[in-house]
Amino acid sequence: MLKNIIGLLAGLLFGFGLLISGMTDPVKVQGFLDVFGAWDISLALVMGGGLVVAIVGVQVAQRQQTSWIGTLIEMPTKTTINKKLLIGAMLFGIGWGLVGICPGPGIVLLGTGQWQAYVFIPAMIVGMLVYQWLEPRLG
Amino acid sequence: MMSVQIDWQAFTPISLVGGLLLGVATVILLLGIGRIAGISGIFSSLLKPKRVEAWQILFILGLVVSPLLYGLISPLPAIEVTTSLPLLIGAGLLVGFGTRLGSGCTSGHGICGNARLSPRSMAATVTFMFFGIVTVYLGRHVLSLI
Repeated sequence: MLKNIIGLLAGLLFGFGLLISGMTDPVKVQGFLDVFGAWDISLALVMGGGLVVAIVGVQVAQRQQTSWIGTLIEMPTKTTINKKLLIGAMLFGIGWGLVGICPGPGIVLLGTGQWQAYVFIPAMIVGMLVYQWLEPRLG
Repeated sequence: MMSVQIDWQAFTPISLVGGLLLGVATVILLLGIGRIAGISGIFSSLLKPKRVEAWQILFILGLVVSPLLYGLISPLPAIEVTTSLPLLIGAGLLVGFGTRLGSGCTSGHGICGNARLSPRSMAATVTFMFFGIVTVYLGRHVLSLI
């Protein structure tokens, strides 16, 4: 029960963060990526601010090892930089640049009633399902 | 010759507050229940009905509901989507497939992974930032597509 409440609370806070930061405004996101045009550097503060807090959290997590609800804190264990990682990041970067929407803001835009989100998110789901289907075949 | 010009009129210092909140949400999830706040990962778990956990559904629900709750407190910030339908579909497919193939997006790699100083996340972040910048440059200034 507590786990679910924390999940909901984190989702709400994350959504507020995205809204306040400007990440949910695709024009602003593309302005941030438009380094060689009229460059809007605001969103550098988003990753910067997020990182500062998260670094502290990670330090605490590494000392504690167990969460508030008593479960083990799970950290990804993969360390190899391979083709899958880089090609995946490249495809994501191209898609992100094309429309200025990444997964979190896309989901938040469902709630603001932007019709575009109701096209983007189903397409994103299809992309994810294609990967799920292809994954066992990629080896 | 390409020159860099910062658009100070578009600059919004409040973005820092948003970023700090993203950090707080990430830490609550990490210390609270021991899980990484990777949005593409959590969202994709909803597509695996046998493996999905209730907190993951609630986290995504929180994201969807957040603007409604935000709107009760203050007017929603400016949101302008100017993209065409074919671009939305193409970009959605790329973002969905790419984030799964690359094990994360701006949250999981960009915030959580970089905070852990994970070499994979740093490589992924540099890569998606680079291709995002190249895409906007080509799409906006060369092809006039976006």
